[in-house]
Amino acid sequence: MYLTDDDKRMRDGAEGDAAAAAMDLLIRYGYALDAERLCSIRNVAGTMTQPSPVKARLVAEGGWDKAFAVINLDSDRDLTIPPMRVPTCQLQHGFGPDSVDIVPYPRANVDLQSDGEAFYGRHGVQILATCTPYQVGNLPMRGEHCAWMESSAVIYANSVLGARTNCEGIASTGAASLTGRIPCWGNHLDENRYGTHLISVSGVLVEGFQDWGMLGYFAGSVSGEDRPVLAGSLSRPDLTELKHFGAAAATSGGVELYHIPGITPEAVSVEAAFSGPVPDAVGYGPAERRAVYETLNEIGSSSDVDFVLLGCPHASLDQIRQTAALLDGRRVSASCELWIMAPRALAVMAERSGYTAVIERAGGRVLADSCPAMSRAAPAGTKVFATDSAKQAHYLPAILGIEAWFGTLKECVSAAVTGRWNGGLH
Amino acid sequence: MSGLILHGRNIVPGVVEGEALVSHEPISGWGGIDPARGVIIERRHELYGVCFTGKILVFPSAKGSSGWSGFFQTTRLSGTAPIGMIVGRISAKSALGAVVTRVPAITDLDADPCSVIATGDWVRLDNSTVEVTKQ
Repeated sequence: MYLTDDDKRMRDGAEGDAAAAAMDLLIRYGYALDAERLCSIRNVAGTMTQPSPVKARLVAEGGWDKAFAVINLDSDRDLTIPPMRVPTCQLQHGFGPDSVDIVPYPRANVDLQSDGEAFYGRHGVQILATCTPYQVGNLPMRGEHCAWMESSAVIYANSVLGARTNCEGIASTGAASLTGRIPCWGNHLDENRYGTHLISVSGVLVEGFQDWGMLGYFAGSVSGEDRPVLAGSLSRPDLTELKHFGAAAATSGGVELYHIPGITPEAVSVEAAFSGPVPDAVGYGPAERRAVYETLNEIGSSSDVDFVLLGCPHASLDQIRQTAALLDGRRVSASCELWIMAPRALAVMAERSGYTAVIERAGGRVLADSCPAMSRAAPAGTKVFATDSAKQAHYLPAILGIEAWFGTLKECVSAAVTGRWNGGLH
Repeated sequence: MSGLILHGRNIVPGVVEGEALVSHEPISGWGGIDPARGVIIERRHELYGVCFTGKILVFPSAKGSSGWSGFFQTTRLSGTAPIGMIVGRISAKSALGAVVTRVPAITDLDADPCSVIATGDWVRLDNSTVEVTKQ
């Protein structure tokens, strides 16, 4: 891999041992990818503070410097971590102090994470603590090269914002944060940003949060790690709908970039979305829609719902408002709990706007920082949960060994109030 | 017993030999493996419940969360890692995953490794060459 003079200086220690270890990791990673060179970035989204048994041991042995060296730089050297070289944010992590006495989650993890936030905050990390940094002020520009992890954020940044990032990992984002460099490979290159599959919607109008999520789940299963282009009978989506669409496509497949001609920025037309001839379309109509719905509901058998989970990816302020409006004057069943996950910044605004009070009066909770899948934590005794998120319906049954129902926000709130699932595809 | 030589592109340098564990389906890291035990935990996966510790893991690609590499790094830190990786199609997840697992690894072979290698075959991985001894 070609290295600039600055890259070589960092590799050789001119910027300190930690930057040298970071450059060593980037060189090993670039070799593995067969990348020609590195590119400059000044927007990193990674994870440093999330508790784990290995991290707790490393922090006990050598503090957060050691944890960052081993986990975020893949280095065995004894390093002192300098301030982040480029703007870096912390994505979603474990549950925080607001979850204590609500979420069955180890207090030791909450305390370890708070300690980590203080350490990384001092080193310049922005503790956004959300899987949706783009909802709380981190909006890369079109064409901007970034180093992000979190598959649902990566697909949003590439597709909706037109920024350029691969689906990075903990060590590559750690190395990027101390060097401002990342392998120039994959989604960073023009030739890898054209569509590969055409999905044509007909016989059904894709409209609303649930339908955009189902189409995303279909698009991921059709295109795997490649790049779908959507055409046909589509309503104009908003942020929350594309947030759900992308998370679903990154879950059923490994989609990191898609185009909706006329809506997303890099494709003005179907023809422009492909570098060569437009491929034959894969159809999405009533039968495909029904099949996706049934796949997402195949884990559910008991209609006694004891947990309703909203906000995956983390809820927008308007999703919190809609939840409050549906819960206003009602009461969550004594046999059920309702949680809505949100970025802390938006939870603050929800509280200020009065939405949180309405949700809490009904017995629901607005929680920040994490989610049941990240933290492997749900209300004690949960056997059956309901969600409006295709991603959570996919992952949570495997992670927690519980049944899942997937439906609309209205159906989920109704399940929370009655303790019974009564959803169906309309 | 018969021998077979495959050529590919090295992703992590090194030489290792051992028994192959072949997955025909992509592997998930986060939500797909338990790094404490070195076991595949994804329901409905063909290798559900199978331990990859000490094996040369042969798989077509990585799928799912960006936590992939971190989970495989944790297998190294927990002593449950595979000893080598043979990857059909490389991605950022699997490339970084192989790097931080720090085991010899190879991709872009001249034959589909998941078809020509079977679980239990003895495999010698030497930088950009794979020697397979069928069992």
